[in-house]
Amino acid sequence: MRLPAKEKGLWSVPLITVLLLWEFTAGYVIKNPLMLPRFSAVIFSIYALRNVLIADMLISLLHFGIGLALAFAVALPLAIGMGWSRNIFKAIDPIIEILRPIPPLAWIPIAMIWFHLTHYAAGFIIFIGAFFPILIDSYTGFRNVPKVLVETGKVLGCIGNKKQIKYVAFPYALPSIATGTRIGMGIGWMCVVAAEMFGVSDSGLGYRLFQKFYFLHQMDYVVAYMLVLGLVALCLDRLFRYFVEDKLLKWKKGIVK
Amino acid sequence: MNHKLEIRNLTKTFNTEDGEMMALEDISIVVKPAEFLCIIGPSGCGKTTLLRMIAGLDHPSSGGIILDGKEVKGPSPDRGMVFQEFSLFPWRTVLKNVEFGLEIKGMKEKARREIAERYIELVGLRGFENCYPYELSGGMKQRVAIARALATDPAILLMDEPFGSVDAQTRNILQEELLEIWKRTKKTVLFVTHSVDEAVYLADRVAVMSARPGCLIKCLDIDIPRPRKRTSVEANAFREQLLMLLRLERSKACISV
Repeated sequence: MRLPAKEKGLWSVPLITVLLLWEFTAGYVIKNPLMLPRFSAVIFSIYALRNVLIADMLISLLHFGIGLALAFAVALPLAIGMGWSRNIFKAIDPIIEILRPIPPLAWIPIAMIWFHLTHYAAGFIIFIGAFFPILIDSYTGFRNVPKVLVETGKVLGCIGNKKQIKYVAFPYALPSIATGTRIGMGIGWMCVVAAEMFGVSDSGLGYRLFQKFYFLHQMDYVVAYMLVLGLVALCLDRLFRYFVEDKLLKWKKGIVK
Repeated sequence: MNHKLEIRNLTKTFNTEDGEMMALEDISIVVKPAEFLCIIGPSGCGKTTLLRMIAGLDHPSSGGIILDGKEVKGPSPDRGMVFQEFSLFPWRTVLKNVEFGLEIKGMKEKARREIAERYIELVGLRGFENCYPYELSGGMKQRVAIARALATDPAILLMDEPFGSVDAQTRNILQEELLEIWKRTKKTVLFVTHSVDEAVYLADRVAVMSARPGCLIKCLDIDIPRPRKRTSVEANAFREQLLMLLRLERSKACISV
């Protein structure tokens, strides 16, 4: 982010206010750690859980990685086909639109039957969650390639689908692919917790949160894991934006900012 | 060889909802090597369609287009084209845009960089090689488009109202620069315009087209010595003549519609 120095710390004031409010409300208004553990207690829990937390985080990231990689690998070729050829779009779109509204949670029984209690089962649920946003944003990018750019390519010797996709359509669609991937990552991460929570896996952040801590009503641990879930997603998103939007999509600056 | 480009009995019909619509009717014209030919006509007369067919982007319904003794079948880098709309690839820098045609050809990076830099210099954009299109003004974008069209060393340069979307002053400068480029590269130029002033200032010869269906009604040799003065008496006489022809055509168009 390129903010003037004065605005750089702008985010810290509301954040600190909210945290203080939380600490105060939990400690002096609600006064029941089961209802709302204090912020300081949660921070202490994170520290106390540090060993198991790192292990859970790595497992969850593994699930996330499997799901996202698979979603990307399937969605991108499909998006190129659907975006570039009207006929492929017409043929496949109905199938996509029937499958798309089915919530990832509804796939959990299938995942358990197909993959049992493995990392792949959790990865599959994440795949379902991340797949559709990546697919839809990507094919929209390919469909919107301006005619004049394709024709400019043709006149300069870019003849045939393969070359036109490689040199014109793909670079043009890249920002849309990035947007879809970012949204897909967000939804995918939400599915990590859901998949692990409902027993697709026997480890990971969601599994521990739901099956262990909640089971024992250790609410300070539960909230600690919730915070970690949020922080990990924030880091993933920032990393993505740093590497993809700031580096790869430099040329878009004039259009978006 | 005295024919650079020969267009023989060219006809184009489009299929519309109301049946067949004739866009171009029996166009025949011969363009000499290194000639600067302007095509002018009322809007909707099919002058862009004519240029697009020479570029290979549209196919004639009947008749033929022969460039350097070979029939035009589809788009190819031996015909450079500059479009009216801004057509730079936004994800490529100025240098990479100019290199595009050479890259498709499979030329090595060092060789194509050398050529691209020469053409960037020719259009007066030295120092802007690493800028992205969003950082350029409209006039600069069209200069890059000209350099890009020339970089593959085409036999003919096709220009479709290339200065239609820049302001009047920039337009004058670009016209002067184009004449300079034309003088130095000795290219054959086919330039579509709706501006009588532009045609009289630029062309060796102006081909006037009728309203739809477009056919050639007159070829006018502009035999004013160069460098030309925009406000000279001879230029005014030609302008008067062209305006009259176009006025006649416009009134005909109104009757037929």
